[in-house]
Amino acid sequence: MNIRGIVDKMKTPFEKGQKLEKLYPAFNAFETFLFVPNHTSKTGAHIRDAIDLKRVMITVIIALLPALFYGIYNTGYQYLYQTGESFTTIDAILHGSYKIVPMIAVSYIVGLGIEFAFAVFRGHQVNEGYLVTGLLIPMIMPVDIPLWMVGVSVAFAVLIGKEAFGGTGMNILNPALTARAFAFFAYPTYMSGNQVWVSEASNVDGVSGETILGILAAGNSPDQYSIFDMFIGSIPGSIAETSTLMVLIGAFILIYTGVGSWRIMFGSIIGAALTGMLFNLWGANELMSFNWFNQLIVGGFAFGIVFMATDPVSAAQTLKGKWIYGILVGVFCILIRVFNPAYPEGVMLAILLMNVFAPTIDHYVIESSVKRREKRFHSKLKTV
Amino acid sequence: MSEDIRIKKGLSINIKGVADKELKKVPLPKQLALILDDFHLVIPKLILREGDNVKRGQTIFYSKTNERIKFVSPASGIIEKIERGERRKILKIVIKTNKDDSSIKHEIPSFDKLSSSTAIDILLDSGCWPFIKQRPFDIIANPELLPKSIFISCFDSAPLGVDFEFILKDQIDSFKHGLEVLKKITPNNLNIGLSKNQEFLHSQLSKFEKNTFSGPHPSGNVGVQIHHLDPISQGESVWVLRPEDVCIIGNLFKNGEYKPTRTVAVSGPPVKNPKYYKTILGTKLSSILTDIKFDNDEEFRIINGDVLSGKKVKNSGFIGYYNNNISILREGNNYKLFGWIPFVNNNVPSIYRSSFSWLTSSKPKDYDTNLNGEERALVVTGEMEKFFPMDIYPMQLIKECMTGNIEKMERLGIYEVAPEDFGLIDYASSSKIEAQSIVRDGLDYLIKETL
Repeated sequence: MNIRGIVDKMKTPFEKGQKLEKLYPAFNAFETFLFVPNHTSKTGAHIRDAIDLKRVMITVIIALLPALFYGIYNTGYQYLYQTGESFTTIDAILHGSYKIVPMIAVSYIVGLGIEFAFAVFRGHQVNEGYLVTGLLIPMIMPVDIPLWMVGVSVAFAVLIGKEAFGGTGMNILNPALTARAFAFFAYPTYMSGNQVWVSEASNVDGVSGETILGILAAGNSPDQYSIFDMFIGSIPGSIAETSTLMVLIGAFILIYTGVGSWRIMFGSIIGAALTGMLFNLWGANELMSFNWFNQLIVGGFAFGIVFMATDPVSAAQTLKGKWIYGILVGVFCILIRVFNPAYPEGVMLAILLMNVFAPTIDHYVIESSVKRREKRFHSKLKTV
Repeated sequence: MSEDIRIKKGLSINIKGVADKELKKVPLPKQLALILDDFHLVIPKLILREGDNVKRGQTIFYSKTNERIKFVSPASGIIEKIERGERRKILKIVIKTNKDDSSIKHEIPSFDKLSSSTAIDILLDSGCWPFIKQRPFDIIANPELLPKSIFISCFDSAPLGVDFEFILKDQIDSFKHGLEVLKKITPNNLNIGLSKNQEFLHSQLSKFEKNTFSGPHPSGNVGVQIHHLDPISQGESVWVLRPEDVCIIGNLFKNGEYKPTRTVAVSGPPVKNPKYYKTILGTKLSSILTDIKFDNDEEFRIINGDVLSGKKVKNSGFIGYYNNNISILREGNNYKLFGWIPFVNNNVPSIYRSSFSWLTSSKPKDYDTNLNGEERALVVTGEMEKFFPMDIYPMQLIKECMTGNIEKMERLGIYEVAPEDFGLIDYASSSKIEAQSIVRDGLDYLIKETL
């Protein structure tokens, strides 16, 4: 018997009128994971593109993998380097995996559990969006965050950030950033300061967990890190955001396949670069005079604009709006970095802020089209 | 004043099996039919019964909402069957043809004396009126409300589109006469849309106002052409006709009889010898399909119209009223193991580069009817705008159609669109939504609430 035969046999108890009918969405998720269904177009266009949400989401995950793998390596590297022991790349990867794989597992188990429960409860199909969110959440957490905190943040993000608004496609805020913001505001001692950014930094003496932006905010200059370090990513930070190079590979995949919005990415770079240059001219403190180009490659900026700001649901939804949204994300990111003394990373708050304003941007973009139409209508009335 | 307009947004889909420019004349079919589903929202009032003799051009039924709109028989014969569905709703009227070809003669005044209102009366009386559709709403035109302009798109940019130049070549005089008649109704606003390479039509129609369009599909959609030349506001109407129907009108005003010829291209990937067939309106499909060779015995889908906005029809069915093509596709009712993983299933074409199909994007490809996924919430935003060359935000309009908010639908431009304009959105949507039926329902709701 082939696989299809086995699946068809398993499907029987989940079909309409059968015992497990209610659990059909859950079964459907597994079935469609194995097979693209045999559904044919009924109404509307008779031919359909090969793209579907599963393919979109998997493309994003593929784009995330370079940053994830580098993040795993860098977690081990930062820890072992600062302890001063001699180590190999394998040691670094092993230490990183030991820290990060459980976080990913917790994120998927908790998040998908809630998604499946809602799908069964509401009787709709399981949406694929969480496949990306579930990987993003551990990737943007500090490495030493306790697993239970990951679980609580995930639950908050999925329940309050997404399902409360009606589920996938309806949420206002990016769920992954909601999880991080929740952890950040609910457990500030774990999420800020200079002890959490390198594995075991709070337990092992001699390990400093400070990020470059943290050093800058404290009024010092991060001389121990070269621009090359910042670009490659061998610096402390949230798990997978440190390597601009790996993020750029991901960005290339997203733009090349057409899945990610290049408008938002370029808009953000333009916004941040211009704001950075302006502050360079001002130069009142270390953060202001920090070279604008370096602003683009340190911290979560690159990761944020490539993987977070481009979330199509919470970003501006019109093509023109995406430009405006992107530019403003860049501007606010640098503004928050420079003017927020408590927490020097701005990209999370900048994106969340613009998520809230995205519908307003869209409103004005669409309204301009509506105005053109109304003007045409009224000018005709006059001539009549 | 003729304009040259370049459409930038859109997508030309290249499908295997475009019809060769070879015309085969089909002898008078034994059966033909009028399908009521083709006349959207028309409630028929029958004049003839089953078993009655009918002449070519004789009224079979008229529209209950406007008794002047008559629907006539495309050929002489006997009304064989009036097929009814639920609640006795008439589905189709089948006519068994006979050879005597008797027809109704119409008095046509000399062309110089022809006024706008007599032209309209003759069009209504002869049964040519249903060829004229109106925007907004994409329904048969209301003869009581004169249009601000008439639009005829003479090229088809849809996948497997027909070559109207080829269809019009041997009836160009009727076409020109038809255009002259329409000019009586809107003297200054008869817009003919041509594509750049239609040299024959450009030279033949030198007397008329022509606009040239270039760019990907939907540049040939009449709705897109109206939007760029003379956009519709609330309270206005524009009439649209298909080129071959203009020939039928031209022939009527020349010879005084209704003679609905229909040239259809039968095309699609499984068709071995795709070509054009000249027959009459409503012909039974089997009289053409027997001539067509398929490359194997799989299950096929036959479509009245193009693959984006046509209607599915059984092979025992009839040619639709408003189409010049019969598209045939392989049914895609098969499972694909792990088919959603990027770069698996590279034979399924994609506008995204998540499969290797883009490497051979210039080559015509084989498409089937598989949805390639399941319906989902709208997640990927901005994708609809890329295929919608109008100053309208399609996703927002679709959402308002779903919620039935009339005020917002009007503000977002519902009067300018027809379901067929959303064909590419259906095709490209990663959420597999049915944009065309949502827009159709939205338009119907608007008609119900406002007219």
